[in-house]
Amino acid sequence: MRYDADMVEPQVEPVRLEVNGIERRLFVAPHRTLLETLREDLGLTGTKHGCELGECGACTVLVDGVAVLSCLALTLDADGAEIVTIEGIGSVSHPHPLQRSFADHGAAQCGYCTPAMILTAKALLDRDPHPTDREITEAIAGNMCRCTGYLPIVRAIAAVAAEDRP
Amino acid sequence: MRIDPHHGVVGRAAPRTDALAQASGGLVYVDDLSYPSMLHGKILRSPQAHARIVSIDTSAAAALPGVHAVLTGADLPIAYGLLPVAQDEHALAIDKVRQVGDAVAAVAADDPDIAQRAVELIDVVYEPLPVVATMNDAVEIVDEPIHGDGPRNNRHREVSLDFGDVDAGFDRADHIREDVFFYQGNNHAALEPHGAVALVEDDGRLHLWSATQVPHYLHRIVAKVLEIPEHRIRVTANPTGGGFGAKTDVFAHELVAAKLALATGRPVKLILTREEVFYAHRGRHPVLMWIRTGFTGAGEITAMWFRTYVDGGAYGSYGPASLLYTGQLQTTTYRIPAYRFQGVRFFTNKPACGPKRGHGTPQPRFGLEVHLDKAAEDLGLDPVTIRERNLVHPFSTTVNHLRITSCGLADCIERVVEASEFRAKHRNLPPNRGIGLAVGAYMSGAGLPIYFNDMPQSEVLLKVDRGGLVTVYSMAADCGQGSTTMLATVVGEALGLDAADLAVVTADTDLTPIDLGSYSSRVTFMAGNAALEAAMKLADLILTAVADELELDTDDVRLGRGVVLAGDREIPWPDAVRMAEARWGLLTAAGSYKPPKGIRGDYKGAGVGPSPAYSYSACVAEVDCDPETGFVAVEQVWLAHDIGRAINPLLVRGQIEGSVHMALGETLMEEQAFRGALHDGPSLLDYKIPTALEMPPVEAILVESIDPEGPFGAKEVGQGPLLPVMPAVANAVHDALGIRVDEIPLRPDKILAALRDRERDGQGRYGPTDLPAYEFRPPLPVDPPPELR
Amino acid sequence: MLRLPVLRHAAPTSLDEAIARLSEDGAMLAAGGTDLVPNLKRRQYPEAKTIVSLRRVTGLDGVSVDDDGTLRIGAMTTVARLADDGAVPEVLREAAGAVASPQLRNRGTVGGNLCVDTRCHWLNVPETWREAAEPCLKAGGEMCWVAPAKKVCWAVSSSDLAPAMVALDASVRLAGPDGERTTPVAELYRDDGMDHLAKAPNEILVEVIVPPLGERRAGYRKLRRRGSIDFPILGVAAVLEIDGDVCTDARLVLGAVASAPVRVTAAEDLLTGRALDANVIQEAAELAGKAVRPMSNTDLTSRYRKKMVPVFVRRLLRDLVDA
Repeated sequence: MRYDADMVEPQVEPVRLEVNGIERRLFVAPHRTLLETLREDLGLTGTKHGCELGECGACTVLVDGVAVLSCLALTLDADGAEIVTIEGIGSVSHPHPLQRSFADHGAAQCGYCTPAMILTAKALLDRDPHPTDREITEAIAGNMCRCTGYLPIVRAIAAVAAEDRP
Repeated sequence: MRIDPHHGVVGRAAPRTDALAQASGGLVYVDDLSYPSMLHGKILRSPQAHARIVSIDTSAAAALPGVHAVLTGADLPIAYGLLPVAQDEHALAIDKVRQVGDAVAAVAADDPDIAQRAVELIDVVYEPLPVVATMNDAVEIVDEPIHGDGPRNNRHREVSLDFGDVDAGFDRADHIREDVFFYQGNNHAALEPHGAVALVEDDGRLHLWSATQVPHYLHRIVAKVLEIPEHRIRVTANPTGGGFGAKTDVFAHELVAAKLALATGRPVKLILTREEVFYAHRGRHPVLMWIRTGFTGAGEITAMWFRTYVDGGAYGSYGPASLLYTGQLQTTTYRIPAYRFQGVRFFTNKPACGPKRGHGTPQPRFGLEVHLDKAAEDLGLDPVTIRERNLVHPFSTTVNHLRITSCGLADCIERVVEASEFRAKHRNLPPNRGIGLAVGAYMSGAGLPIYFNDMPQSEVLLKVDRGGLVTVYSMAADCGQGSTTMLATVVGEALGLDAADLAVVTADTDLTPIDLGSYSSRVTFMAGNAALEAAMKLADLILTAVADELELDTDDVRLGRGVVLAGDREIPWPDAVRMAEARWGLLTAAGSYKPPKGIRGDYKGAGVGPSPAYSYSACVAEVDCDPETGFVAVEQVWLAHDIGRAINPLLVRGQIEGSVHMALGETLMEEQAFRGALHDGPSLLDYKIPTALEMPPVEAILVESIDPEGPFGAKEVGQGPLLPVMPAVANAVHDALGIRVDEIPLRPDKILAALRDRERDGQGRYGPTDLPAYEFRPPLPVDPPPELR
Repeated sequence: MLRLPVLRHAAPTSLDEAIARLSEDGAMLAAGGTDLVPNLKRRQYPEAKTIVSLRRVTGLDGVSVDDDGTLRIGAMTTVARLADDGAVPEVLREAAGAVASPQLRNRGTVGGNLCVDTRCHWLNVPETWREAAEPCLKAGGEMCWVAPAKKVCWAVSSSDLAPAMVALDASVRLAGPDGERTTPVAELYRDDGMDHLAKAPNEILVEVIVPPLGERRAGYRKLRRRGSIDFPILGVAAVLEIDGDVCTDARLVLGAVASAPVRVTAAEDLLTGRALDANVIQEAAELAGKAVRPMSNTDLTSRYRKKMVPVFVRRLLRDLVDA
């Protein structure tokens, strides 16, 4: 069974996003996902994709502070939202503590799941600065990593949580 | 020559050199590339498992506005395959399709939506052919062989070898045991889907970027299939979002992207969907095994007969090597005085299997280690003792002519047994809890290249600029294992420089000298040795120049940390470099590595298995089983690995923990199963990769046997630690429940079936019993090496 | 990269407007979109032309408690919010916390989870795959590949919240072109994989109303391969009223074993009026096992899933009695 693309005329609609603190006004087609808009329209390729069906977690970004899968979110539905991608929290020159900790703990091997893992961890720590290892593990249970066995990722997040523990 | 590290660079648990780039989303994977006027490619794939192509009508697709090129098999008629003996693939199907997902036609269009629409408009008429879905089908359905040029059946390759007097070995056995095992196939499921970008450069040369582990082999095959000389092609391997062997073959989408770029004169990007990745596959072969072993009363092996039936899928791929790997490495852990290996690989109408982490050896290792556990029970021995009584000796030769050098296996066993309190726990844990032991070994690189030649397998070039920066050039492709960091660390250690202060240029056929690729765990050993040789030469140039300049004896000049120590002076590294450039001109040094001769036999098949060194692992797993649901919870894993020397302990531990994760997935849930010839679920929802919640704690123990030939004594760690995990868990389940599931994965329904079998006065076993009705040819006798005769 | 087909998007700002847009040809309702978008990407809805998003309609989210203890859950309340809200009874928090993965719970809604389309491993598969198999009944073909004998679709009800809501005697408020109506959750479902919701396509679930649990004990247990991401392949929800030793009222509902949640009245009747000792619990568990016939259309075998029904029922009942 094939879709008859002729049925629907492509059209574009305006959308306003705040991406990494900067307002972006765009025209996008309604069937475009936030993943595609971030990567292909805004050039923010730090957001990855592994299945595009909500099964792997690699496309996780923060929408209004919450970790969501950008492959399942329509860009138009994000109108007015604050979006944070991996590029928005730090850089090689000025890494976020989680980025530094992931590097130091060997929490990335191929690095492909890493941006999503870090953003998921950031959402967790923003909500609960001192999670237990079990809570960290539960928080990243929607993010697949094929290289590390997750253990160094949990260590990296726990180390950041421990840093500012009173 | 053995070189010991003394600058503290090797042995330091340092982050990867690109760790912050990864963590900040800056690492450029292939789908992150974008070029002006870039087109988007899409491949039409076969919905038929086995069919003749009657006609293909591409006119509607070609007429769609925004479509710039449409290709079919006729545009890429040259057959290829990674192995010279398996040239059985076409970029786009010609005449017939052999699996669901075979590439049939392709388009390049202005945007992905138009490309998608265009492939939907291609009309293909198929004439269905009998479908070969199983190995039994492969034997029985012979009217229309999958590959018409072979014999009139679907046998792809067969091997039948006798090493030593096997019959005499069984004759002198006090106890003989036979077992049948099945190991289901599975997929690498690297998180990044495969993809490629191609364009024609300003000088008219083709440039192909790909998520590949093997840029050199890709380079050769693109040249062959596109009929362009190699010097007119540049291949760049992007960092891959996980490899595990998935990206060690050459795929239709790479050749199609290149052809589309040439056809349109515009950059073309072609990224696979997850469904397409499952069809591209090249993952773990399903293997049915029959093992017969003779033992003395004391548990010493007198003879072993190992049969493997290997379900290859639709194409050869690495299959001839995969088949041999199902038999060759059994002898690297145990002394087997007489050994018969018979194996056969069949073609079936399913995605082609190939190399996945451990390439052909995890399946027989599972069988062998469970078989030994059972034999130990037969003989009243414990699992540690039966293994210790048969351990291979360091610096020996196996009956199938493999050269064993450093071997820390005895240490590995001792360390995991101690750390896990195995002896106290085995047979003594509370109900439904159990503990199991197994071991394994893997190659530090295949001894032979994939295509026959006498050239080095790895070459490294160093160049030094006037500011003192050392740049390392190597084709080694980092698939996440850390080869780039390894190169910086080895050269840094040799020159007394921080790894982070070097530059490393990798994986580009225009810029870097040969490395055959990131497969067979070869890079640390081979590229590492090439890098070390280059660094030693460079050090010599610099020390000589400094000695000459300062009129010192060369014995009085040596490298310190970031300095040259010349008599009582410390010359800063950049100053020393400038002295050397003044003395020698441009400062470069090259190193090469080729495995030594004499590490293999000369029988047919002897090319697969030899390695300059083997890594060793031992694993203990403790499980908690639910006898009502059949769920197995792995509570803890202890894994000791003989790494030779840990160049970077952080990365070594990472490989061990990652191997355990991948192994547990295979053990408990992952399977590339089929409904007929249809994949059981080509998605990451249906294909069950363990989540963080399924991952137990892992105690990784590093054993350093200091290999005499490895760079600073190092051996591999990328694949070996996976091998003992599956049988260790299976043996632990037996300890917990008293049942045997002789099949991977150990699904809950199989655990319950084995428990039911025991209730019905059976043995408490679930597993295969029947073998395909396939007659092996008589084994070819091979004399054991002289010292074993 | 797998992408959506070309579609239109409507973002109504009122319920009336949403109902009007939903009445148009090819309109598909999206709350969180976590079920609709993957199904659309797999080209499972060839009739789809417009996604009608509920995200701009205000007043559809949030959890509140009436004076009498009745819980009101807005349909657009996220599953994550339900799992975290202290006002929500534990059984619903358990069920919500067991849905999919953290990110999917952050986006997926209570209304969406209750309406989640039925699933089958002959249907919820990628496009080339579905083309390779002849289309099944739900995909517009002639036969169900799970049970070819009958022209019936057996696709599985895959909601974690549904069995829990049925066990709690919850109701849903539906808004449609003819106004609003309230119906028990149990009557929201039809045991038909093709058409599992007993509501018009342009009726929108706006609120879930859960009567107070009071002193009753309730729980939810889920069978799946992994601790996250996976849909249920069996869900068991139970609500017990226990007076002294004696069970005075019982609800036992199974999920993911048919195209609708299955209430096991035989087991409920058995439990009611009895002291819940091990024998009674075992008997009820076996009745539950006999009440359903899971099909080979999702993860693990039908035989295995059927075998797990009494195990999960017994364990849940025992836990509730011991609590």
